Amino acid sequence: MDGLKPIPFKAGSEVEMATQGVEFAQVSFTTGDSTSGGGRQLLREVSLRVEAGTTTALLGRSGSGKTTLLRTVNALVRPTSGRVLVDGRDVAAEDAIALRRGIGYVIQEIGLFPQMTIERNVGMALELAGRSKAEIAARTAEMLRMVGLQEDVARRYPWQLSGGQRQRVGVARALANEPKVLLMDEPFGALDPLTRAEMQTMLRDLLRQTGTTTLIVTHDLDEALYLADRVVLLEAGAVVADLARDGVRGAGSRGAANEAVRAYVAATHREDAA
Amino acid sequence: MSDFLHRYGGQIGRLTFEHVWLTASAMLFACAIGLPLGVLLTRRRALARPVLAVANILQTIPSLALFGLLLPVPFLGERAARLAIVALTAYALLPILRNTYDGIGSVDAALIDVANALGMTGWQRLRKVELPMAASVILGGMRTATVICVGVATIAAAIGAGGLGELIFRGVASVDNGLVLAGAIPAALLALCADGVLGLFEKRLAVRR
Repeated sequence: MDGLKPIPFKAGSEVEMATQGVEFAQVSFTTGDSTSGGGRQLLREVSLRVEAGTTTALLGRSGSGKTTLLRTVNALVRPTSGRVLVDGRDVAAEDAIALRRGIGYVIQEIGLFPQMTIERNVGMALELAGRSKAEIAARTAEMLRMVGLQEDVARRYPWQLSGGQRQRVGVARALANEPKVLLMDEPFGALDPLTRAEMQTMLRDLLRQTGTTTLIVTHDLDEALYLADRVVLLEAGAVVADLARDGVRGAGSRGAANEAVRAYVAATHREDAA
Repeated sequence: MSDFLHRYGGQIGRLTFEHVWLTASAMLFACAIGLPLGVLLTRRRALARPVLAVANILQTIPSLALFGLLLPVPFLGERAARLAIVALTAYALLPILRNTYDGIGSVDAALIDVANALGMTGWQRLRKVELPMAASVILGGMRTATVICVGVATIAAAIGAGGLGELIFRGVASVDNGLVLAGAIPAALLALCADGVLGLFEKRLAVRR
């Protein structure tokens, strides 16, 4: 991979060795609204490193900036200041189209194209990359199997599937082109608890199998602890805690080193705390 | 009745053909302008308001007045059919423009988000996602425009552009209700046919979700 060349920071910063994975360097974002005297600041100097092959959960309440942070990785949001590096390369300097084709993206609304078959949905990234029909068909079948769907689903349309099946297709689509990074925004937020648990199990196995660097936005602490190696807690656009999974889990509601995490644990496990 | 048809049948046929020709030409031009312009407006939203306002105003000009206003225009005034097509195009423009703009604008935001995140270029997004999703709404606009055109085209006879309006105007001038109906009934049937056929396509293109 050619992303290994060291890329120096701009004047004034120290020289950083390029790393695999995703890195946020003092990323800030303010909604562009100069007419009304400055918009809302959604991200405040977020610095974070996501090692290659690991899964990091971005946790926080609604409006904490976790989705915005996620969307800076595939350049759907352009930071007002700071840099986002994917495999050591500045996202801002990359061609957005090429960058996005190498990054998987899964959202709560799933966003399957309703006029296309499941097969075409899953194979879309490959279709865009100009792969042959045979190649796409083979890869699509493999992906559907990997996410636990029957082969005959390929010829159906999104409306013929259940919510859980649809989100499996969403995951299959995101991973079809073997992305460097997988971004997930509340992927299972709209599913019932049983389906949700099935999906979490499926995803955990899948991520272990593929070793894809993953960022997952959630407000569900249990989901974060189940899926992620690391949990990053955001509040008002800033990182207030950045802990390994065991750091959260071992600590419980009383012992956690970080006050913000303690509060989050206490809020989500109220009966334990009582 | 058979006597009437014997006498006017040939004329009705010819004028119906002229009528269809006027309408079809105008629709062709209106689509050629309205579709790309509608797409452009979704890309440059600041333009949408003024452009739709202009199309709206065109729509409100009484048809007889528009025909009259265009008469002295050099190139147009030379041939009545040419002028009629331009005027009809102006009337057909708004529904096509409006529905293209609205149809694409109302595509689910999540689909646009995913299309972008997949690395689609603007053109790919248009072709693979936006146009197929908006197709039914856009066709609905064309359907409305066609019906309007068929109706307004009858007025075009007033400036000598031909079409079924000719029979109507002649009938009115000679107080001959048979003649009026000979123009009005085929014109109404044309409008109903266009409406029905395009409506069928519109249903076909609707995306099940």
